[in-house]
Amino acid sequence: MSDFFLIMKQELAVTAIIFFLLIVKIAGKSKNVEWLPWIQLLLLLNFIGGFFFIQSGTLFADMYHTNGLLAFQKNILSLGVYLISLLCSDWLKKSEHLPEFFLLMCSSLLGMFLLISSGNLLMFYLSLELASIPVAAMANFDLHKKSASEGAMKLIFISAFASAVLLFGISLIYGATGTISFDSLAQVVTDNPLQILAFVFFFTAFTFKLSVVPFHLWTADVYEGAPIATTSYLSVISKGAVAFIFITVLYKVFAPLETVWYWMLVVLSVLTMLIGNLFALRQQNIKRFLAFSSIAQVGFILVAITGTGVDSMASVTYFILIYVFSNLAAFGVAAIISEKTGKENIDEYKGLYKTNPFLSWMLAIALFSLAGIPPTAGFFGKLFLLTAGSVKGNFWLILIAGLNMVISLFYYLKIVRAVFMDKNENPVEKVLVNGYAKMGLVICAAGIILAGLIGPLYDYIRELITIFF
Amino acid sequence: MNNLSYIALIPLLPLAGFVLLGLLGKKYFGKAAGIIGTLFLFISAALAFYTAYQYFSSGFNGVYQPVIAFKYTWLQFSENLSIDMGLYLDSISMMMIVVVTLISLMVHIYSLGYMKREERFSTYYAYLGLFTFSMLGLVLSSNIFQIYMFWELVGVSSYLLIGFYYDKPSAVAACKKAFIVTRFADLGFLIGILVLSYVSGSLDFNTMIQTLTQPESSTLKTAVASSFLGVSAVTWGGLLIFMGGAGKSAMFPLHIWLPDAMEGPTPVSALIHAATMVVAGVYLVARLFPIFAITTPVVLEVIGWVGAISAVIAAIIACTQTDIKRVLAYSTMSQIGFMMFALGVSKYGGEAGLGFTASMFHLFTHAMFKALLFLGAGAVIHYVHSNEMKDMGGLRKSMPITHITFLIACLAIAGFPFLSGFFSKEEILLAAYQHNAAIYWIALFTSGLTAFYMFRLYFSIFWNREHLAHSEIQTYKKSEGPFVMMLPLIILAIGAAAAGYIPFGKYVSTDGRPLESHFDLSFSILPVVLGIAGIVSAWIMYKKQNPLPDKLSSSFGALYKASYHKFYIDEIYLFITKKVIFNLIGRPAAWFDKNVVDGMVNLTGNATQWLSGRIKKFQSGKLQSYTLLYLMAAVVMAAIIIYVWK
Repeated sequence: MSDFFLIMKQELAVTAIIFFLLIVKIAGKSKNVEWLPWIQLLLLLNFIGGFFFIQSGTLFADMYHTNGLLAFQKNILSLGVYLISLLCSDWLKKSEHLPEFFLLMCSSLLGMFLLISSGNLLMFYLSLELASIPVAAMANFDLHKKSASEGAMKLIFISAFASAVLLFGISLIYGATGTISFDSLAQVVTDNPLQILAFVFFFTAFTFKLSVVPFHLWTADVYEGAPIATTSYLSVISKGAVAFIFITVLYKVFAPLETVWYWMLVVLSVLTMLIGNLFALRQQNIKRFLAFSSIAQVGFILVAITGTGVDSMASVTYFILIYVFSNLAAFGVAAIISEKTGKENIDEYKGLYKTNPFLSWMLAIALFSLAGIPPTAGFFGKLFLLTAGSVKGNFWLILIAGLNMVISLFYYLKIVRAVFMDKNENPVEKVLVNGYAKMGLVICAAGIILAGLIGPLYDYIRELITIFF
Repeated sequence: MNNLSYIALIPLLPLAGFVLLGLLGKKYFGKAAGIIGTLFLFISAALAFYTAYQYFSSGFNGVYQPVIAFKYTWLQFSENLSIDMGLYLDSISMMMIVVVTLISLMVHIYSLGYMKREERFSTYYAYLGLFTFSMLGLVLSSNIFQIYMFWELVGVSSYLLIGFYYDKPSAVAACKKAFIVTRFADLGFLIGILVLSYVSGSLDFNTMIQTLTQPESSTLKTAVASSFLGVSAVTWGGLLIFMGGAGKSAMFPLHIWLPDAMEGPTPVSALIHAATMVVAGVYLVARLFPIFAITTPVVLEVIGWVGAISAVIAAIIACTQTDIKRVLAYSTMSQIGFMMFALGVSKYGGEAGLGFTASMFHLFTHAMFKALLFLGAGAVIHYVHSNEMKDMGGLRKSMPITHITFLIACLAIAGFPFLSGFFSKEEILLAAYQHNAAIYWIALFTSGLTAFYMFRLYFSIFWNREHLAHSEIQTYKKSEGPFVMMLPLIILAIGAAAAGYIPFGKYVSTDGRPLESHFDLSFSILPVVLGIAGIVSAWIMYKKQNPLPDKLSSSFGALYKASYHKFYIDEIYLFITKKVIFNLIGRPAAWFDKNVVDGMVNLTGNATQWLSGRIKKFQSGKLQSYTLLYLMAAVVMAAIIIYVWK
């Protein structure tokens, strides 16, 4: 029995937070804002607690399993949620329904934990729904904004559509093989046409969540309308979780179809990097810009997944960790400026350094890391991703990825130039950054720099993977 | 010696000083910054002395084994190849930390007075801390890559300090020149590191030396067998590493940055460009000495000749310069030449390793008297506000302490009997005499010249134009300098006089075994006579103003002119870079960049713009088209795989 608590302790912790928030909401008469520090503290404790008493095991007849690696991946997600609560505290403070936002985010986080830990298709489907439905409500959190409602509507529709395709795929798989357990599926999957069709439908659920081209079209509308807290959650946490389970499913369950998904991944990764970059190039709105650049980043993750085994898993896990820091820092700066001044246009960022040196430096570090410039961790992240992708000798793919890195360098640095070098008559006025947001930004910046410098970190991840994967 | 991790504090304390003063210095400390920096360094120096004392007093049966005090694996590439951060204690690194911390402490104290009126006083002390940290890290490195990193850090801090007066265009030009020239040399160093680590399979000094000095080992055999342009890989590695060392140590023909580097504040010249950084090249050769001596004697031969040529050329140039700091700069180059060729004529092990010991000994004594000379020159410049000899003269009465200490240093560098320079120089000459007669004669001639130009400097400053002593620029001032400036002079003068009595051979030798003293008075007669002849001729020419020097210079004509213009080496460099490299490589590269590379980039940009205009249609905002595309993509993918591809 005590094993049960230990094995599921991360899920139970999040559930406890959800209950806490419910009680706050129902019983709380005072202003909701006062709860923010406490919620942040709970999220921090949830993150720290994830490192202790890690117990591997399976539950519910193999529906759920966990181990040190999965616990580490869940910790990355917990860290991301904690950082979002810090970085977006200005926006959260203004909201009247603060506990609800966290309620939704934590529910979705719980779904992602279960998703990563899922051991059969049913569990997988249920947790995927639990992870995505609350996000639609989060996207619509600015109730008065029309574009938010539009984005949320689109998200819920297209999610439902994707779920339908996924379920169709699952039912075909079950029909063809008679099992839904991951372990036994790995034994019986073959490449007859029915199973390939089923697999492709199943595969699209991941590509949809990761907004891989051409399943990405919902991304821009949703990202633009949603509040930045939701956008950053969608582009970082949600993608991270899906990438983790994606690799596991491909390498462990559908290993017999490797030739099939290898070429699908190659084609999709090239498309994703290229089109993500092309769209990012033209964006003027910083939120839309970050949204499209995050699509391109996913393309690089796919390149690593085309590799094999430990190296791919390690490089993706490491990259997601860095991506959490880098992308959240960039979103954080955008959130602060947008919340305080309403400015979201990249042209309006010109001359930001004159008035807001701290924010400018944080933004620059984040963008350097996203662009993959040494010595930031982003460089090592990209390096490992591409190295992992090159093991099968497909150097054309690596070459294309390299060229795309150059393109992305151009647009990331364009913003850095605007911030530091371009002159502007009326730049963004001096913005007062509150303590929480400042702390969040500093944590991100420290993470970006330290994760690159501390060599043993990557070795630690690799070791976890060699043991548990 | 059990718990040695405290040794890490020796380099870390100056770093702490740098961080503290660099971040908060200007705002919070103001003039107290100097005291704080000095205090940090004082503790660091005390620790360094204690460590060295412990090390040298605990030699096992008189043999000093290297000790690794601390090791942290930073990046692991393969089983054997890793970049470590470590502290490596052996006799030469112990000697170096003593030299570095002592000289740095003296300079810290001296600058309290010398730099007092500077606006960027705290920045100056922050830079000094950074430099000291880098230098200590360099000498304590256990891994060749670690040494390279600190090597570059030393380069950066030297750059910052040379360009300290950044509103002076000449200082800016000088710091750029120093940086570029040493950078160029460091490129060789880096390639050398890669070559040697490739053939030896390790970056760690111990392992590297072990694999590359076992003549039977298969690694070494393949390394010797693989050759490029008829020269084996190990030899290339050794040569390239020496190139890095030669750049930093200002060896001919990479010496051109050193005289210009004198644009920095004078205490900085004493610290960096006389006693510590410029000997890093010598230290590097000494650190890898077993490889040079056992595996690649050819490289050692090259080192010997480069050292000898640098020594004599620099000495000739020093005779004709009129800026006192430049005279000292060339003299530094000449003395480092002595150290280099002493290494070049040495062999590995036993008594044949005399040159190695002599070189390290000279490094040690030279640090004392050269730092003293620079600090003394600083006091003179402080007093008369000029670097030029023509503005000085008759200063011995108004600056008594500076005068006496300067005289001691001049005598020491000239090799006057029973002062420190005498012992170390005799040892070098003896080593050269035993192993390479040609170099010995060059060295003998150079040591005569050394005595001459040093006393030319001495007489020009403190005697000669006596009337200047009574002119108005010099009479209104009473004091020759505050106590904090005089104290280091006195301490260093004691060092310059007495350092020669340390039985150096007992402590420092190629294989850690004590060396017997080779002192032979009859051998010293010739050098001493030559030295005295140099002093006397300087006395005749420069004690009082007379027409002799002018006559002599016109009778030497072309040689004098060439020497005055530093043998036109700077002009040769300018010709090569401006005319040859710019026109033959730079211009075509610029054209290629502008028309081909930029053209391609622009093409990519335009094509991207066009393409993204095309695909924009898909991003219509219409949900039904999104879902349609979604489904189509899924079905088409499945269809392609099932019908076409399979």
